[in-house]
Amino acid sequence: MWAQIVEELPRFFSYYNLIFFAKALGVTFALSAIGCIVGFSLGFVLAAVRLTTRPATKPLRVAVTVFIELFRRIPFLVTLMLVFFVFQGMHADLSMFTVALISVCLIATAFIAEIVRSGLESVHRNQWDAAVTLNFSYLQTLRLVIVPQAWKVILPPVFGFFVLFIKDTALASQIGVVELAFAGKAMNNKGFSAALVYGTVLALYFMLSYPLAHFGKYLERKLAPTRNR
Amino acid sequence: MPQLEIVDLKANYGAHTVLERINLSVEKGEIVSLIGPSGSGKSTLLRVLMGLLPPIAGQVRIDGQVLDYNDREQLRRVRSQMAIVFQQYNLFQNMTVLDNVTVAPIKVKDRPRRQVEEYAIQLLEKVGMGGKLQSYPDQLSGGQQQRVAIARALALQPGIVLLDEVTAALDPELVNEVLDTVRLLAADGMTMFIVSHEMGFVREVSSKVVFMDGGHVVEVGDPQQIFDQPREARTREFVGKILRH
Repeated sequence: MWAQIVEELPRFFSYYNLIFFAKALGVTFALSAIGCIVGFSLGFVLAAVRLTTRPATKPLRVAVTVFIELFRRIPFLVTLMLVFFVFQGMHADLSMFTVALISVCLIATAFIAEIVRSGLESVHRNQWDAAVTLNFSYLQTLRLVIVPQAWKVILPPVFGFFVLFIKDTALASQIGVVELAFAGKAMNNKGFSAALVYGTVLALYFMLSYPLAHFGKYLERKLAPTRNR
Repeated sequence: MPQLEIVDLKANYGAHTVLERINLSVEKGEIVSLIGPSGSGKSTLLRVLMGLLPPIAGQVRIDGQVLDYNDREQLRRVRSQMAIVFQQYNLFQNMTVLDNVTVAPIKVKDRPRRQVEEYAIQLLEKVGMGGKLQSYPDQLSGGQQQRVAIARALALQPGIVLLDEVTAALDPELVNEVLDTVRLLAADGMTMFIVSHEMGFVREVSSKVVFMDGGHVVEVGDPQQIFDQPREARTREFVGKILRH
């Protein structure tokens, strides 16, 4: 096997193949990064809506809850198909990349909203009471008091989710998006040995997710410092 | 005209009535203490006054004006005129002592930071916490945290301060430092509503003592009358039990 790999190496790392892998890596990176950023931002918004208590926001709370509970339970592949066929039914001419992007954003938002909600709820009720009696608005309470104390509960599972999530973007290959898993399959079909192709794909996935885990640790240190310990 | 008037107030937790037919009036500068067994509704009354539990019947009037606890604007007004200090201090754990005291005036009242900080430092010095401005709550003892919480309540310059069993969570040797702080407020003529189990203290500082039981006001009187010549049998029983210890 080694002899075969060594023999294939120069052809495998040809200029065009490198460009092909780089583009596929770019697509996986874009799906993951945009999914994480959108999911994180919208996840916070949905969690904040879900924790409101006013009767006026009840319809919104119900809608948000339905969205979160639904999309956390649908397999990613089904979400992809759903988005694909919904847009096709609307005669919207979207690229496969856009379909995949919308799907990853939906999934990430639903999962992160739930992580953020549980994080915000982990902050003791008496912190809300104190803020309310000092006339803080809902958003001020969240921004100044609750979120800073919830980081240490929110960040570890969020970054755990991100790592899983990067791997899940591979499913976009099922609708023909040329991302890393798709690139691996294509190169394998071209006749390169599976060990070489998937070894490279593995290394590239690792390159994406390893720094992310470190970034998570950095944020934890910065946003949720522990004192007295 | 009384500064605070409570008329026929009723409040429920779900279907369970926790306060009923509460009638009280508080004049400016008065110190009213609420005493009674656990579950008698003392702390609940303070929570209702602060709008943490909306009343289902009755009226609360401040300076003669009836308050509507369902109106957000009026609720804001109530909370700028009354401040509460909680049994568990409820300091913001993510903020330093100084930030805990200054955050509301700066962020809610939009007052200039420098002016607010100067006043906050004065208050913290008054409660003996001037040397701990940059400490976090988890670096302080319970008594120290409670003194910071009192400073935080005063930072918004309220007309009435509500103290909800402020010494109940403290180790015995820390109780006096907090009571001394409350004595300082009393000396300044601050109108206060005090829920406390420290009967000696209640007797010493109160201008009026309210005995509550089962969500009702059983008896109201001056400290000497409530402790030495209670009119109601239930008050006599409660006071008798407490003073025997």
